[in-house]
Amino acid sequence: MDNLGIDVLFKGTNFIRLLQGLWVSVEISIVSVVISIILGLVVGALMTLEKMWLKVILKIYLEIVRIMPQMVLLFIVYFGTTRVFGWDVSAESAAIFVFSFWGIAEMGDLVRGSIKSIPKIQFESAFALGMDKKQTYFYIILPQTIRRLIPLSINLITRMIKTTSLVMMIGIVEVLKVAQQIIEANRKTSPNAAFGVFAVVFLLYFIVCWPISRLAVYLEKRWA
Amino acid sequence: MSELLKVTHLQKKFGDNVVLKDINLTVKKGEVVVIIGPSGCGKSTFLRCLNGLEEIQDGVIVVDGLPVEAGKREITKLRQKIGMVFQSYELFPHKTVLENIILAPLKVQKRSKEEAIKEALELLDKVGLVEKKDYYPRQLSGGQKQRVAIVRALLMHPDILLFDEVTAALDPEMVHEVLETMLALAKAGSTMLIVTHEMSFARAIADRVIFLDKGDIVEEANDVKGFFTEPKTERAKRFLKTFAYE
Amino acid sequence: MDIDILKEYIPLYKEALILTLKIGWQGIFLSLILGLIGAAILHFKVPVLKTITGIYIEIFRNTPLLVQLFFIYFALPKVGIQITAETCGVLGLGLLGGAYMIETFRSGLESIPTIQTESALSLGMTNGQTFYHVILPQAVSVSVPGLLANVIFLLKETSVFSTISLMDLMFTAKDLIGMYAKTIECLFLLVVFYLIMLLPVSLLGAIIERRARYGQFGD
Repeated sequence: MDNLGIDVLFKGTNFIRLLQGLWVSVEISIVSVVISIILGLVVGALMTLEKMWLKVILKIYLEIVRIMPQMVLLFIVYFGTTRVFGWDVSAESAAIFVFSFWGIAEMGDLVRGSIKSIPKIQFESAFALGMDKKQTYFYIILPQTIRRLIPLSINLITRMIKTTSLVMMIGIVEVLKVAQQIIEANRKTSPNAAFGVFAVVFLLYFIVCWPISRLAVYLEKRWA
Repeated sequence: MSELLKVTHLQKKFGDNVVLKDINLTVKKGEVVVIIGPSGCGKSTFLRCLNGLEEIQDGVIVVDGLPVEAGKREITKLRQKIGMVFQSYELFPHKTVLENIILAPLKVQKRSKEEAIKEALELLDKVGLVEKKDYYPRQLSGGQKQRVAIVRALLMHPDILLFDEVTAALDPEMVHEVLETMLALAKAGSTMLIVTHEMSFARAIADRVIFLDKGDIVEEANDVKGFFTEPKTERAKRFLKTFAYE
Repeated sequence: MDIDILKEYIPLYKEALILTLKIGWQGIFLSLILGLIGAAILHFKVPVLKTITGIYIEIFRNTPLLVQLFFIYFALPKVGIQITAETCGVLGLGLLGGAYMIETFRSGLESIPTIQTESALSLGMTNGQTFYHVILPQAVSVSVPGLLANVIFLLKETSVFSTISLMDLMFTAKDLIGMYAKTIECLFLLVVFYLIMLLPVSLLGAIIERRARYGQFGD
């Protein structure tokens, strides 16, 4: 009991490896978030259009994302595409594809919500001042939308980082996988390493996510 | 007549901001006292202090011989002796009219359900709302809601009733029905402390008028008619003038 | 797609679904209880407990369920806390969910105006009576759409149970793919069974949200 495996982390390059593993998750998150935000803005704007067929398609898209666990989507893309189309999709691309697919829908819904939450009278009062549609959007609606949107999209980043922990299930060597490898390698010399190592992984995730979610809370309060 | 409520040296501060400076007031049993004054003069805060919704910094409130000093938590005991009706009705939206009325008698006074319902229906009948007993508050008009709120306070058998601008949120055509209810109560001998902006109503119902300004009682008049036609203080004169267009 | 294979696999998926639902609902039940307790603590600003609740929320909202499960299942036994995979699943889901449920209940409580509390107090009710009879019922009904969203989120999160070797839907799918390489059939059934699990809750959520938007008590 006296040895809970913290020492294992300082053996050789173990801690560095753990951090590299974490970086793999963060990297996948960053790429997916960037794609999600850019395409999410487009999808969100499309969602506000009054076109029936577009609404139906986007609604179905949104429902799929809302109902299917990301893990299921990962499996479908990673194992399914290889089977059906014979594509050899790398685990990383599959992960980025799935997380973007999910993120775009989430972001799109946030964008739609933010645009819809601007009271109609804001449009009307801008028109009453003689602004045209473009000016109204650019000077009145967008600035308000963005203020509402930024804290919400920051939240999306932490959710994305948390969700990327799933990629170990399709064989990507990220922080949890590295942790398992370290524990396995030191099984004989340090049988209790699981405690120290997993505690550190827990802490690492918290250290990454917590400041980001605090920032979101801060911005939300400031701009509310 | 016996003293029902006696307030001495009541002081209320929000931080450094003194809202009520040094209020002294005695209300006798069966008396109807109307408090008027410009907005922000502290009249609503005064009612809230009496009901323990605001903590007081100094002074003593005695209701029916039960004293409550500043900083003491005993004021909660007083709440059963004091009923309060709010400007915004504050019926409980998840309960029907009848449920709203009998909730406190059942839970606080542990009265029997049968007896509480019986009396509730009698009171509802008096205000002409007995057929609405199973409605939810949102299905009622503002005036009806306020009458239910009055019944809800009455069923607790309070010694004194506080009315905090109870007609201020109502459409003009509904003000009348609520004021009628209050007049009937006054006639029946209830002790009431009323904050209002309805000057002609104040004149009709009051046994005594108190003019509050900047946290102080500026003028207190037993001659109600006299006060409204010719107030003694300059400040009351100026205040009443703002209603002159009516 | 091979129909016979589907027929052969369906019972396995059914078993997995039952296990997932069993653990899922137990975890959700735990999360609701934690949510109510935590929200009440925050509402009444109970000293010390308030801080603990705040820390709990931050920890469980800022780490993935997968990592929480690994910690409970693999790390805690090393300090002498042994629990079964099933209990671990319930506990992990409950603790994660609790952190979200607290926030949902709390914002429901916050949405009820203070003057409702005051009007109950003015009728002589105690703080406890006011909370139980007046504030909580209103807050819960305001919270229902949010609570259902949490339920969907938590049921989706059960998909990581396979990592602590619980034979849930993901585990079954992965296992079968690994053994017989009938990928298409396995994935198809995986999707179907998740739909069976989540579609009803999602529909219920949509209905309740619509009702919440257009009606209130007394419709």
